[in-house]
Amino acid sequence: MASTIRVRATASGDSTEVQALIQHPMDSGFVKDAKGQLIPPHYIQQVVIEYDGKPVFIADWGPAVSKDPYLKFAFKGGKKGDDLKVSWTDNKGASDTLTAKIQ
Amino acid sequence: MSSSIWNDATVSRRSVLQGIAAVAVVGFTGVRFGMSEALAAANDKYPEDAFKQKSEADAIKSLYGKTAEKSDKVKLDAPEIAENGAVVPIAVSSSLPDVTSIAILVTENPNTLAAAYRILPGTAPTVSSRLKMAKTSNVIALVEAGGKLYSATKEVKVTVGGCGG
Repeated sequence: MASTIRVRATASGDSTEVQALIQHPMDSGFVKDAKGQLIPPHYIQQVVIEYDGKPVFIADWGPAVSKDPYLKFAFKGGKKGDDLKVSWTDNKGASDTLTAKIQ
Repeated sequence: MSSSIWNDATVSRRSVLQGIAAVAVVGFTGVRFGMSEALAAANDKYPEDAFKQKSEADAIKSLYGKTAEKSDKVKLDAPEIAENGAVVPIAVSSSLPDVTSIAILVTENPNTLAAAYRILPGTAPTVSSRLKMAKTSNVIALVEAGGKLYSATKEVKVTVGGCGG
């Protein structure tokens, strides 16, 4: 089960640093393919990161976010071994979710 | 489709796609956030209209409904020169208290707003990600803290654009 999401969450002190890498084309709708046809927009619109059943971070993205987006932030709380849930939804309704253990 | 933004609940394809909760909210209440606020608290809507705006002023207005004042407490970390406009690392952080959201605008991109992040209680007011830039442009970091909006601007020179393919 290959996920599109890779997460590294590291607890240190009283906070947890999260780094996420998502595989996604993030097509902006402005780029043409080899035949000169516009590639329709296809991009992640929202990423939600949940800890302990509550969102700690929500990213709203436009097509200007780079291909295979990367995200880094930190939140207070989180212990080694706890679950962290990362999910995204794109403009075509596709989505993916991954639950990772905090390290 | 004009009207407001974070709370625009027009039944669009988006909202249909946004998951059962959102669909239920939109479907039953017709429009408007109001009474559904509790339900949707953790399910804030994607600010679709803000992402469609061409100018920075319109994007800021659409997203926040207010204007920003410059602040040296907003730290925008971006390269002077980006060799590849397709991947420009941008980090924003702030020393302001009670930060509730961070947004990044690239003024020369076709649509100005690149990303908006909701900083929930307990989350540090700092975020790093990578953006595409069509050409040399000002990058604006917006930080909403304590109900007010603050900004910082930096010019990033792009040698190869990120939107031309």
